[in-house]
Order: sequence, then structure tokens, then C-alpha cells
Amino acid sequence: MQRGAPLLELRGISKSFGGVTALSGVDFTLEAGEIHGLVGENGAGKSTLMKIIAGVHTSFEGEMRIAGEAVRHRSARSARDAGIGMVHQELSVVPELSVAENVMLGVQPVNRLGLVDWPGMMRRARALLAELGINVDPRVPIGSLPLGMQQLVEIARVLSSGARIVILDEPTSALSPPEVEVLFGLLRRVRDSGRSIVFISHFLEDVLAICDRITCFRNGRLIETAPVPAIDKSWIITRMIGAGHEELEQGYTGEIRLDSKPGAPVVLACEAASGPGFREVSLEARAGEVLGIYGSMGAGQLDLARALFGRTALSGGRLSLDGRPLALRSTSAARKAGIAFVPESRRSMLFAQEPVYRNVSISILDRISRLWVKPAVEREIAQRHVEALGIRPPSVHRRLGTLSGGNQQKVALAKWLTHLPRVLVLSEPTRGMDVGAKEEVVRIVRALREQGIAVLVVSTEPETVLSLADRILVMKRGQVCEEFAGGTVSKDRLLAAA
Amino acid sequence: MSTSDSAVLPRSGGMGWLKGQLRNIAPFATLLVLVALFSIASPSFATLDNVANIARQVSVTAIIAVGLTFVILCAEIDLSVASVANAVGIMVAFFTLQDESVNIANIPLPGFAAILLALLGSLALGAVTAFGVTVIGIPSFIMTLAMLQIGAGICAMLVRGQIAYNVPAPIEMLGSGSIGPVPWIVVVAVLVLALGHVVLSYTRFGRYVYMVGGNREAAEYSGVNVKLVLAAVLIISAVCSGIAGMLGVAHFGSAQQDEFDNYLLDAISAVVVGGTSLFGGQGGIGNTVVGLLVLGVLNNGLDHVRIDSFLKILIRGLILLLALVINVYAQRLRAQA
Repeated sequence: MQRGAPLLELRGISKSFGGVTALSGVDFTLEAGEIHGLVGENGAGKSTLMKIIAGVHTSFEGEMRIAGEAVRHRSARSARDAGIGMVHQELSVVPELSVAENVMLGVQPVNRLGLVDWPGMMRRARALLAELGINVDPRVPIGSLPLGMQQLVEIARVLSSGARIVILDEPTSALSPPEVEVLFGLLRRVRDSGRSIVFISHFLEDVLAICDRITCFRNGRLIETAPVPAIDKSWIITRMIGAGHEELEQGYTGEIRLDSKPGAPVVLACEAASGPGFREVSLEARAGEVLGIYGSMGAGQLDLARALFGRTALSGGRLSLDGRPLALRSTSAARKAGIAFVPESRRSMLFAQEPVYRNVSISILDRISRLWVKPAVEREIAQRHVEALGIRPPSVHRRLGTLSGGNQQKVALAKWLTHLPRVLVLSEPTRGMDVGAKEEVVRIVRALREQGIAVLVVSTEPETVLSLADRILVMKRGQVCEEFAGGTVSKDRLLAAA
Repeated sequence: MSTSDSAVLPRSGGMGWLKGQLRNIAPFATLLVLVALFSIASPSFATLDNVANIARQVSVTAIIAVGLTFVILCAEIDLSVASVANAVGIMVAFFTLQDESVNIANIPLPGFAAILLALLGSLALGAVTAFGVTVIGIPSFIMTLAMLQIGAGICAMLVRGQIAYNVPAPIEMLGSGSIGPVPWIVVVAVLVLALGHVVLSYTRFGRYVYMVGGNREAAEYSGVNVKLVLAAVLIISAVCSGIAGMLGVAHFGSAQQDEFDNYLLDAISAVVVGGTSLFGGQGGIGNTVVGLLVLGVLNNGLDHVRIDSFLKILIRGLILLLALVINVYAQRLRAQA
């Protein structure tokens, strides 16, 4: 180990996926004993960089040094052996196993017979947890613990495998404020023991509260690194979304006028609704208005959308449609009540093996046929949508799986357009689309709004909400924390609220 | 029209289409090869009499397999079909006047009442399975395993080790009578197969069955009442088994415990050998018919060529294994095509 060398040093890192540049010329240093925050929008390059560090991506340009020595990971395993551990947003604990077994997963001590040394394992797990100040019985199954505690145990596991660098991806997104405090206490102890932490988060308050230094990413470039006491939230946001003309083609940097319609009749109302992933959400969707619900990953807006379509049950609160109470026991009840839903993943909406026309007709089958199916009618309806939405190739017979992603998304939308719903809930409607396809979605949603439908657009991408919504709710940790109605909104104000 | 027709085919053209159709072509080719083999090996195989034999031999399996096709198309399974058939067959005998020699504490009722009660019995057994799977959420594999045991229990309780012989006259006729040269049971099997085909191919419910099997989550997100569809197919399966059980008892000439034991494997084999996907959403009654004929020809043909009867059992197992391999491969090829 060279004296004075940073714990981790990256020079000139570039990485592209099939011609699309994900990272270009990134120089990044991580000192021993620091908590280093990484911020940036989705697709800014921070996860790609972390996957390079953790050995997930092994082909890239540039060089990497750990404690002054050049390294080149061949796999995630060799990165782990070099002392790099990663805790993903989706925890990888085994819920049925005990805390001790999870902590020692893959490194269980064995006795002379090659069997698991249970007393030894308990002893070591107990010692490690005590050292980190995690107050939990190592014998209980980890699945019975709250999520925040599971996360602490997972961090303990990464440390037990000898990690000197721990990468945390969105560690606070699912935690309550007291749990966040416990996590921060643990992270400070880890730092004070000389190990380093990379803290990736959308929660700027959290990043500012725990990190020693913060690095901002934008469009695959490292924009700036600064020590925390010197900077604040607006400093970060400016660097995340960029200022000046280079971002103009993306729009949404300036003030956007909201075309809210406070006088329009309320179609769908939600009163103090709680369910898996969200709690005490109240909202009103109005006829002819697009209500955007923005929140970062895990903020609960996607869960809320599923509940509004009857996919998951509410545990509390009330729904009403046109002023009448609404109980959604199933998705078919929601559909019959006039609620339509397009989920964020196309695969969970479409039938890849079936022709286009059957994909379009499935949700209106009970309107066009009682007992017998009428394929001729289905094809004619589908043909109309294929032409109106510009679906390529324009054949209703083609197996859906052979269409491109953007065209599949249009088919997913088309199934709700024959008999217009009262409420249309769109979850991540423009995810993974190119600019042209996004504009078409905007056009379609506007057209639906003009016909008096109450549209809800739910997304983790601020651009999606800004380009579509007339009124915006911001969700954070399962609750609505701010509303933008009337007047104007800008992307930095939206990000600041989340 | 020619442009849209050609658009149906994937880019790879003919080969891609063949790959997509493998699950339909393979069973049919198997059938042709078996028929050719047995025709050469035995002069008594390819006779009109023997064709009638094969048809009669697969009739009971056919009626059970129709219901099972619905269940498997939904990517579920029903292991209770043979047991339910046995139980319902015994029920109809239980409600019929038996000879003095039969020592069963039965409840003789008029024929139509006995038939009605037995049908209601099959409906009730199907409803219990449907409740367990859709409302409680027990996987169908386990739920129908329990129902298999329950059906066996009902059989045991009703006949208590005895054998009953009499069934109501209409059942007697349909199970063992003939209309001219054609056995009634073959007519019933053909009708049930035809009805199953019409329901699956031309009705809204049939479409829902395919969609639920093809992508259950997408069906849910399209506002299809998935649980209702699953409940319906499980009840259809039980009722088909019930009909097969009643006719089967008349066909065999007796109602007793364990007399349908072979039919579970036969019915599943027929559906799967025919090429209906175990992953749901692909296949249909047409496939089941081919599967039934493959099994019927195989069982019957092996008798004609005087093969070691113990080897026969092994051969059936191997054929089933082969069909499963083709089934899984067909799924993979279709996903690629």
C-alpha cells in the first residue's frame, strides 16, 4: 500500500453500450475514511460507474487503482476479493434464514468435519453486530425484521466479507426518518473505522446530512466534486440538471406553466388512502386534467397507481368515483367502473404470443361480444387504432412479440382507447422511449384530456411529469409532500420537493 | 389481403413458421409413424373393427381430457380428475337400486334424480377445488392432490369395499349401448370434444382462458377477472370428470374403488402429448384429439404386436417423456421465432 494514495482512484473511465455513451472521461477518487455522495438524474452515469467499480461491467476504458495499486476486476467476485462490497436497493437477504446466517452468508465458519460451526457462527455474528452497534438478536429470521433493520444487517454482511469500500444504492428510499438516523449512525461508525462508503441517492437532504464530499453527474460526465459544508441543495440541483444552452434541447429547465383546472368536476377522489408502499394519500383527479404524480424510485407513487386499478387492496382510506364510494376488489371491477391502467412494464400488459388485434380487444371483449367472439369486429377496431396511432408495421395479425418496444407501448395504450375510460392511469408512460415516441405519447395524452378523461401520469422521471401534467403532486416515502397547481413549476423545484 | 397474410409470418419465413408450429406438427407426425408401424407389424391392426376399438378405448379418457385441456391452457393442473370421476361414478350407482346381493346401505332414487345428484356432486367437488385455488390461494397442484384423496375417500365411504352394478337406464345406455354400429360412449366423447373446441375457439370465455394462460399478469392488468376464469376451468374439469365417471361405470359394468386409477396419467398424457403447452396459452382441443389418438393407437397397437406386457408400461413412460421434451422445446423455439 502506497502511503498517501487514495483508497480508490479512477482515471479517464469511459464506457459505452452499443454506441451509446454512458460514461466519458470520468476521474473519481475516494479517500479512506470518507462518505462520498453521488448524485445525478436517472441515466447520468452513476450506476454505471459503480458497476464498473463493483466488477459488474468488466470492459471499459481507463484505469482503476485501489490503495495505489492498479487493478482490473475480472468479475464481481474479484471485486469482492479486492474489498469492494455493494448493497443494492433491492436487498439480497434470504428472508427465511436467521440474521446470523445472513451476515455469514457464503463465509460460514465450518468445523473439522466440514459442517457449519453453529456456535462459532453465532459468536462471530454477535460480535460483528455489536461492533457496528446493531441491536438485534442474531437468531431471529431476518424476514421478520423491519426493512430498515434488514438493510443494516445486509451492510454488516458486506463488511463481514472484508469490504473496505461499501457502495450503497438508494439506501434511504424505503426507510422512515428514525430508521434513517440509525443507518447514519452506523455509516459514521464504519467511516470512523477507516473504511469508505459511496452513497448514491436521490434524496438530497440525506446526501447533504451524511456525506463528507459530494460528486455530481450529468449525461455521463462527472461535473464537479465538492466538500459538503461548502455546498447546499441548490448548488447540487444546478449541477445535476445543468444550466445554459447545452440542455435546452431537453427542455424543462425553465419555468413550465401549469394548465390546472381547479373548477373541473372531480372524477376520482382518494381520501387518506393507505396500502402497500404508500400511506394516507389524498388526491382528486379532475375531468380533462392531467394529474402528474412525481417521486423518486420507491417513493410509493407506482404502488399507489396499482392500488387505484384494484391490483392491490387498500388497507385504509376511501376511494370515490363521481362522488360515489368505490370499492375495488379486482382489476375487472376497476375496469368496469371506468378506470384504465397502463403499467410501467410492457411485459405485464401485453400478450407476446398473441396477434396485435387480440391484445387490443382483450379489455373490451365484454363490450363487443356476449357469448361468441367476433374476430372480424376485433380486427376492424384494432386496425383503426393501428392507423390512428401509427403502429408499425400496420398489421393487426402480426404476433405482438415481433413489434418494437415503442410500438408495443402504443398497443398497450390502444387497448383502452376504444371505449374511453373515465380515469386513465399511466405508469411511466415514456420510459425507455426515444424523443419522437415521447412526443407521440404527449400528443395522445393531450387528445384524451381534451375528451374529458381524468388522466393520472405516475413517474420517477421529472421530464415525463413536466411534459404531460397540468397539476403535479410530489410523493416522498409513501406520502404526498407537495402540490404544484396553477402558476409555474420548474424541474429544480420539482427535484427539490422530492 | 396477401400483404397482411405474409406479415403474419416472422422474418425468417417458412422455417420460423415451422418452428412455431412444432407443437402441432410433432404429435401428428408421431401419430402417423405409429399407425404406419403397427399396420406393417400386425395385419389385425388396420381394420375397421380395430379403429372402432381404439375409439371406444379412448372415449372415457377423452371426456376427462377435455376438462383438463381447459385447466392446462390456464397453466394450472388438476390431479383429481380420475378420483373425481371415480367418486361421481360411485355416487350415481349409490343413488340407484342395487341387487339384493350388493351389501351397500344405498339410497335408491329415480334415475333422473340420481343423475342430477351425481352431476351436482361433481359440481360441488369442482367448486371446492376452485375455492381452494382462487380464494384461499392454494397452488392447484397441491389443492387437487388433496381433492384426489378426498375423492378416494368418498368412494371408500360410499361402497365400503363392495361393488355396485346398477346405474340409471340413460347412463347404462350411454355407457354401454350402441346406436347402430357406433357405441354411444364414442358419440358422447365426440360431442364433448366438439363442445370444448367450440367454447375454447369461438367464445369470449375461451379467449379469456387463452389470455390468462398466455400472460396472467397482463390479463389481470387488462381487467380480466382472472380468478373467475380459473374457478370456471376447475369446475369444468370436475364436471367433465363426473360425466366420464358415470359413463365409465356403465362402460365397465361395475362401480368400485380404484377403478379409474389409470385415467389420471392417461388424461394428462393425452393433453400434453397432443402439444398443449404446460406453460399455458398454447394448444387446444385439436391437440388433445391427436394426443388421445397417439395414446389409443399406442396402447392398442402394443397389444396387437404381442409385446411383453411389462415392457408396455415402460414404453408408455418413455413416450410421455419424449412428449414433454418436445413440449418444452416447442415453447423455446416459439419464443425465438
